[in-house]
Amino acid sequence: MPSDPLVARHVLEFPGGYTRTTGPVIGRFLSELRARRIVGVRTAEGRVLVPPLEYDPATGEAVTGEYVEVGPAGAVTTWAWVDEPLDAHPLDRPFAWALIELDGADTALLHAVDADNPKAIAAGTRVWPVWKDRPTGHITDISYFVPEVTKIVAPVRTEYRLQAGGALRVFLEGVARGVFLGGRCPSCDQVYVPYRMSCPECGEVIGEPVELPDTGTITTYAINNLPDPRAPQVPFVSAYILLDGADIPMIALVGGVPAHEVRQGMRVRAVWVPPEERTASMASVRWFAPMEPS
Amino acid sequence: MRDVAIVAFAQTRHTSHDTGLTEPELIRPVIDEVKERTGLRRFGFTCSGSCDYLAGAPFSFVSALDALGAWPPISESHVEMDAAWALYEAWVRLQHGDIDSALVYGFGKSSLGDLRTIMTLQLDPYYLAPLGLDQLAYAALQAAAVGAERKELDEIVRRSRADGRGNPYALDLPDPDGAEDYAVRPLKKTDVPPITDGAAAIVLAAGDLARRLTANPAYITGIAHRMEPHYLGMRNLALSASAADAARAAGVGKGPVEVAELHAQFPHEEIILRRALGLGEETTINPSGGPPAANPVMATGLIRIGEAARRVLDGSARRAVAHATGGPCLQQNLVTVLEAP
Repeated sequence: MPSDPLVARHVLEFPGGYTRTTGPVIGRFLSELRARRIVGVRTAEGRVLVPPLEYDPATGEAVTGEYVEVGPAGAVTTWAWVDEPLDAHPLDRPFAWALIELDGADTALLHAVDADNPKAIAAGTRVWPVWKDRPTGHITDISYFVPEVTKIVAPVRTEYRLQAGGALRVFLEGVARGVFLGGRCPSCDQVYVPYRMSCPECGEVIGEPVELPDTGTITTYAINNLPDPRAPQVPFVSAYILLDGADIPMIALVGGVPAHEVRQGMRVRAVWVPPEERTASMASVRWFAPMEPS
Repeated sequence: MRDVAIVAFAQTRHTSHDTGLTEPELIRPVIDEVKERTGLRRFGFTCSGSCDYLAGAPFSFVSALDALGAWPPISESHVEMDAAWALYEAWVRLQHGDIDSALVYGFGKSSLGDLRTIMTLQLDPYYLAPLGLDQLAYAALQAAAVGAERKELDEIVRRSRADGRGNPYALDLPDPDGAEDYAVRPLKKTDVPPITDGAAAIVLAAGDLARRLTANPAYITGIAHRMEPHYLGMRNLALSASAADAARAAGVGKGPVEVAELHAQFPHEEIILRRALGLGEETTINPSGGPPAANPVMATGLIRIGEAARRVLDGSARRAVAHATGGPCLQQNLVTVLEAP
């Protein structure tokens, strides 16, 4: 309250609220709502008014006694977006007010629509009611409407046990010693890294591994904005690095440089974890970092 | 029909805040001003328009009579509507033929409460009010239905505020800055009319009295009001069928309209009303700045009639049109045609 004695707070309130009679038409609509049904009333001309009125606004004639179940779904015709809900509003988070033409109705019902953002609603959006837990016969028995289901989330998760044997084991044992091992094809002379058993191009068996330096050149890269357990933070850069003396690039993290400064052609060198922490795993290579200009 | 004319109009210098004046204190100067202009001390009929919910006091319009000096007893009435409808009632009363003058006034202090949610109280208590539907919410729904270009809406606000700055009675509001600051989308905060306190008064005179009181009475050559269903889902919100009907009944199209004062509180309402009233490029819209420049609720519509009449009274226009509205999304519309003798 303001401390100025000339300013006073004044509240106009009818304690407990007014009791209002509904009449037979609105009473029927609200009773149907309590039973989780939405009905309209048919006019003499055959139109279905939702919510029902006692008289047809178009002609002034009394409506017929025929109640028609409509919806419960319908299509949005017009909507407005509330960024900052007021206390009296049906939702306490941003939402839309909408006119909703329920299936089978000839007029539109005004209600709230719980959509995540203004892009999630448009003229024509199909919406369905969300009912209050304990309907009492009130327009707010429908808590709000929500967009029709058009997609679901399907969780996928399976676990595997991977064993590095063969050529990969040879390569990773090299990593444990702090070297990158590749393989030279005896037929086409291409050097592959990581080391592999055969040349994917010629099919020839590759012999003993060759040691490659831990320096190379970025051929292409991606700035990743989704977190990955193998990366220190987001955004992080993953890159194809062509090790000096290799013909095929190897994928690895790039660090020690702001993501936006990474370039194709950048010269990089592997940053190894200390020798006592190295294992037969790529975790032994922290990342590749730009080489000091020579 | 008896010839009835507007012979005097006065309004307060509207404020954007509560000055602490009581309603009678707010009204008294404009009543005095029209009495002085006409030389009339008593009127055959008095009618006012106001809304008790603005002050939050039941029958606040009764105490407003203190501004009049209502003894010995006067013949008096009140509408819980914009005072433009009080003017309509007074016009009808003058048609009875037994009196020749009427005083009409309207007043409102929207600074006292939260107008946006006070306006919820005018909605039907079964289907709309319980949802907490507020003034900006339903106006935004209508703006969405109209779907006007943002540029056109901004230009209406810019023009109205610029005209308002030239009107000593309206507020001094800056040009909209073009920021994407929304009230309820698609309405921007600059589309929302300013909270305003103010009052206005008009004197109507019939027959010979009108010419005796002023050189250029603004004759009411047409006046009609129409309304449409209250429930928003039963109407095409992009149009105003009732404003178009009222305009037809008042005979707006029977001659050129030099000036139109429209009770368009939001810019999209001006677009709807220009179409409904059939106003073209040749008509100057809201030279006073209109409601976007000063919106003393319950007097705003009467001020439209007064501003249109003023241009006939001062000889600057021969034919002017005034529009007033009430209810959510232009539910009720009153159209008045004013002409020089």
